[in-house]
Amino acid sequence: MSQSSRRTLSHLHALESESIEIFREVAASFERPVMMYSIGKDSSVLLHLARKAFFPSRVPFPVLHIDTKWKFREMIAFRDRMAREHDLDLLVHTNPDGLAAGINPFDHGSAVHTDVMKTQALRQALNAGKYDAAIGGARRDEEKSRAKERIFSHRNAQHAWDPKNQRPELWRIFNTRLAPGESMRVFPISNWTELDVWTYIYAEGIPIPDLYFARKRPVVERSGTLIMVDDERFRFNPGETAREEMIRFRTLGCYPLSGGIRSDAADLPSIIMEMQASRTSEREGRLIDSDSVGSMEKKKQEGYF
Amino acid sequence: MSAIATQSALSATAESALETWLAEQTGKSLLRFLTCGSVDDGKSTLIGRLLYDSQLILDDQLASLRKESRNRHVGDEGIDFSLLVDGLAAEREQGITIDVAYRFFSTDKRKFIVADTPGHEQYTRNMATGASNADLAIVLIDARKGVLTQTRRHSFILSLIGVKHVVLAINKIDLVGYSADTFATIEAEYRAFARDLGFETLVAIPVSALRGDNMLTPSPQMPWYTGPQLVPYLETIEVATDRTQKPLRFPVQWVNRPNLDFRGFSGTVASGTVKVGDDLLVAASRKPAKVARIVTMAGDIDEAIAGEAVTITLDREVDISRGDVLAHPGEVPEFSNQFQARLVWMNEEQAMPGRSYLLKLGSQVVPASITGLKFRTNVNTLEQSVAKTLEMNEVGTVTIATDKPIAFDSYGTNALTGSFILIDRISNATLGAGVIEFGLRRAQNLSYQSFDVNRKVRADLKGQTAQIVWFTGLSGSGKSTVANLVEKRLTADGRHAYILDGDNVRHGLNKDLGFTDADRVENVRRVAEVARLMADAGLIVLVSFISPFANERRLAREVAGDIRFTEVFVNTPLEVCEARDPKGLYAKARRGEISNFTGISSPYEAPQTPDVTLHGGLHDPVYMADELYARIFDFGASYSI
Repeated sequence: MSQSSRRTLSHLHALESESIEIFREVAASFERPVMMYSIGKDSSVLLHLARKAFFPSRVPFPVLHIDTKWKFREMIAFRDRMAREHDLDLLVHTNPDGLAAGINPFDHGSAVHTDVMKTQALRQALNAGKYDAAIGGARRDEEKSRAKERIFSHRNAQHAWDPKNQRPELWRIFNTRLAPGESMRVFPISNWTELDVWTYIYAEGIPIPDLYFARKRPVVERSGTLIMVDDERFRFNPGETAREEMIRFRTLGCYPLSGGIRSDAADLPSIIMEMQASRTSEREGRLIDSDSVGSMEKKKQEGYF
Repeated sequence: MSAIATQSALSATAESALETWLAEQTGKSLLRFLTCGSVDDGKSTLIGRLLYDSQLILDDQLASLRKESRNRHVGDEGIDFSLLVDGLAAEREQGITIDVAYRFFSTDKRKFIVADTPGHEQYTRNMATGASNADLAIVLIDARKGVLTQTRRHSFILSLIGVKHVVLAINKIDLVGYSADTFATIEAEYRAFARDLGFETLVAIPVSALRGDNMLTPSPQMPWYTGPQLVPYLETIEVATDRTQKPLRFPVQWVNRPNLDFRGFSGTVASGTVKVGDDLLVAASRKPAKVARIVTMAGDIDEAIAGEAVTITLDREVDISRGDVLAHPGEVPEFSNQFQARLVWMNEEQAMPGRSYLLKLGSQVVPASITGLKFRTNVNTLEQSVAKTLEMNEVGTVTIATDKPIAFDSYGTNALTGSFILIDRISNATLGAGVIEFGLRRAQNLSYQSFDVNRKVRADLKGQTAQIVWFTGLSGSGKSTVANLVEKRLTADGRHAYILDGDNVRHGLNKDLGFTDADRVENVRRVAEVARLMADAGLIVLVSFISPFANERRLAREVAGDIRFTEVFVNTPLEVCEARDPKGLYAKARRGEISNFTGISSPYEAPQTPDVTLHGGLHDPVYMADELYARIFDFGASYSI
């Protein structure tokens, strides 16, 4: 953020500083940290903050992407570009068992696909890397159950979140100590809202995948949700064909599970304006949550972010 | 609120209008506050109303809310606002009773983070946690009930954690007929109670969170009220400007070394302002340096103010690591190993004076223990009572000793460098949180000129009591073996010890001395003097000398003066020593190759009243070392305040 003569920091500057402090605390306190990178806008902000925290050093821990093999093609290209431009130590993990079993969102549904290719895959990667801290981009404003999440969230040796074993966090003093096998999930942008993320992306000129901007894209509409036909693996229902629509995505994930919205917002200011005017919650377009009520809480206890 | 801005921005299609609006967004300030009050006082309704009024309730949520609000007490909007923040029933089922929830909303002028601290049993712990990052607190009072015990308890915790700005929201004013008298009575009673709590601002506002009275705009029901409305007040109150005016504190969080040419110190300015060219001191080592650069990814900057996370480089090589605090000369923090603090206990396992915990203050982590529990404060009555331990949710005034000195300020002068947590060394749980009242080594705060450097000060710097442990016994009795083990253990515990024995004294200082009786006396005299000097320097001195004569041992004790002196007799029978004969000296003595050999051709006067006797013929050296350690290095006991 730019230097100013004001004697207090703007809220974005304050949030940025807080996040940077958290990143540095992780680097200084843990043996083997790793940063989760999901390529979305929150991950883009996370990456930008990590680079700021350690500049002029490069980001001093690897960046981990759990590839379900069903991400938008553009996401993968964007990921590789970021890794190249910022000299990141990029790790990509796919659940080999799920891959061998041919798990996919069409045949197995969002719940099974997400559990096997995302939750289990994440656990595999964290175990294999023996990471003691995994940095994620979750925010407290995303969902009711996250309003109480710690910034340093303790996980037992099975990566499970034990609500009774969470430590009070006072001031900016974080208790980072772990017993062998335990780990910490760390959320540097806990106190950011979705609007903060967008305005920060705007203010800092942070690159994000083009999927966030409205473009003509091939889609099919299923029970009110617009699914983009991103590759030849898409399963059309009988009589179904793709049609071009001006859409953008509010959250990015596996393309068959990501609902787009009709929009003309083709640049950042338009997106922010549209978002401010929109009256539906962010996760609406994320099909993961629609399988069961309270599913986010359940996924968190299982080790999903 | 934000809806107005959104509409005007959207209607203005020009790019410049968007830019203007976004610039406003990025330039907003941040206010963190917490709400105190039970569910009955309308806390959830108040927070729900704030979220609703700031248009953060989305259409899909609103629809289900309207449905849920049927058969409930609702305002004109047909919504029970408390439903927006409640989730407690579900949480109780899951066992989450001890938690602080954070909620977010913003207006045109400010962004707000609200710490919502529900739960009755854990109230102290929750409130302390929520208050620790809050600039302001809204204390809710039900106008029908007035100031309650709970109101006092909340206010005490706010005061303890140092929240300086309080809004007394006298809620449900509609239910007392918008009575000006009721409002005035409650306000007067609260002001009288809060007089000594150190609040810088205190504003009482009569509100109805349910009906929206005095939330955003002046209530037509209360023409008698001329004060501010809640939201506009929260938008404009100045709370955080003073941190940049305080002395600079820059705790080094991470040493930034991308390559051999760059060595930077990364951290967040806790208070004050740091500029390029400033003279700085390292609080612990008092090493000076000048600020060469203030580095950020967006480019170097000339100055960094409180709250900014930056990387500082210095004009010279100084040994600085994580945990060090940089400050301006003349404005350095206290640097000591003892302080008095107020402690909020947060764990089911009670606080135990004397037990070793880990203390984390900023980025400094050190072993520490509670050396004294002065009293416990009853958070309901504010009465102080004598206590031996602290239970969960109790507040005590304690003295704390750290194993090595740390840099700190009193909490009143600097919250970020005056607060700490205590961590269990086995479970790693966060046990308690404390705010420092003052350092207990007042002498160390004084200027260099008046600083009285003496043995105690030097030893305190090392976190120990200076003393001499004098081992006497036959050659081969095991003196040096035990002394070495004790030295290792002391060093491992972070103590500073040194062994004086024949090997390091006879080869240098005393190489002019032989083994005649006269030379033996002089040998012991010199060693006694050196031991005294080293102890005076604050060290724990282990002297391992045969020292066969009672007179010289008495002399050594006298030379030591008021330094603690422990005579350790390693009582190993001559036959055992001779059988061991580690250096082959007994054999030589028996052959007559060494004259005046103690035990063979020179007498050994066994101590009649040694402080400690070790039986080298019976026990192995490790056992004896442990025994000795327990007897004379019981730091908890010998460490007096």
